[in-house]
Amino acid sequence: MTEHHHQHHHDHSELSETELRVRALETILTEKGYVEPAALDAIIQAYETRIGPHNGARVVAKAWSDPAFKRLLLEDATKAVGTLGHVSRVGDHLVAVENTPQRHNMVVCTLCSCYPWEMLGLPPVWYKAAPYRSRAVKDPRGVLADFGITLPKETEIRVWDSTAETRFLVLPMRPAGTDGWSEQQLAELVTRDSMIGTGFPKTPGVP
Amino acid sequence: MNGVHDMGGMDGFGKVEAEPNEPVFHQDWEGRVMAMVRAMGAAGAFNIDTSRYYRESLAPHIYLACTYYQKWFLGLQDMLIDKGFISAADVAAGHSESPAKPLKRGKFTLNDLERIMVRGKFGREPSAPARFKPGDRVRARNMHPATHTRLPRYVRGHAGVVERNLGCSIFPDSAAVEAGENPQWLYTVVFDGVELWGADSDPTVKVSIDAFEPYLEAA
Repeated sequence: MTEHHHQHHHDHSELSETELRVRALETILTEKGYVEPAALDAIIQAYETRIGPHNGARVVAKAWSDPAFKRLLLEDATKAVGTLGHVSRVGDHLVAVENTPQRHNMVVCTLCSCYPWEMLGLPPVWYKAAPYRSRAVKDPRGVLADFGITLPKETEIRVWDSTAETRFLVLPMRPAGTDGWSEQQLAELVTRDSMIGTGFPKTPGVP
Repeated sequence: MNGVHDMGGMDGFGKVEAEPNEPVFHQDWEGRVMAMVRAMGAAGAFNIDTSRYYRESLAPHIYLACTYYQKWFLGLQDMLIDKGFISAADVAAGHSESPAKPLKRGKFTLNDLERIMVRGKFGREPSAPARFKPGDRVRARNMHPATHTRLPRYVRGHAGVVERNLGCSIFPDSAAVEAGENPQWLYTVVFDGVELWGADSDPTVKVSIDAFEPYLEAA
């Protein structure tokens, strides 16, 4: 029995059925020599720390600051992100889509949960759940209202359903009042939801 | 398959509820499940399309009642049993009671971590020229395969416009049933909201899907 178990000796009565079944499966896979538990720990740690919206925020802030980078990002996002050595590697199939005063982009996966992990981390529960998946393609303005977002009536809304291995990153509009800001300052304004299209970047000076 | 996972356009699921400051995992076991799926996939036990197919194949009442990682867990366990990597007796006992089956890429160890932190490559060499080009009017076929497909029901039979050729890619409908990669051209196809949802639709809405060539016909 491990140290962890000693500390939580009352666990067994409280373990959910799911938790017991998951533990059993890991035991089986380990005993068969398919996986190393330490490797599973490392995967979890990598997903908890290395990937996340901070990666996408750097890309957006760079695009706001550097017109040549923005052009490349919209033309070939995989290539553009590849030029930023510090951002995790995104594979071959990233597409960036730009919000403008005329058009707002929003990303969904109606069939499952496809999401640009390398840019935004693992998706939040709402992105993977039925309310968002069912309504985003039929009533995007209603979904945006759930997020407290209202767009002008005439703005085109483009919903991208991630039905293949292409992954979409929304490039939100740069907030007003940020002239002369550094990329680092700008990145602080970029929210996860603004890169999915269910939110806006933070407004400068508003916490 | 016309499963309950194909949710686009369904009504009645209620409001989107976002959780402020949501953790990556809500319970430790969720992380273990995600890691086991990634590790066993990387070791060659199954491909990503097959894993999606198993989650979709959960009975509708189970699919709807389960949390996300519960679906991942059930899909993984069913798949590993069907592929012969574990047995139902192992699961019942909570221990390995049968011999292991060799994995295509061997045991998943710490040295394999970096391999899974880069997205896989799905592009493949085409065997024929692309049938459609940007600007072409196309119609999503009225097709209802009983197995895995990435053509959502809400576009079937509807006309749209090809916006982008995304290259030639592994065809999930084939890969999911282990019938080979069968690469197909892939396009972004845009539909008007009114075409999909009728005259009451918000006229400012456009919806795109990424559609493999076998999903499309000229319109």
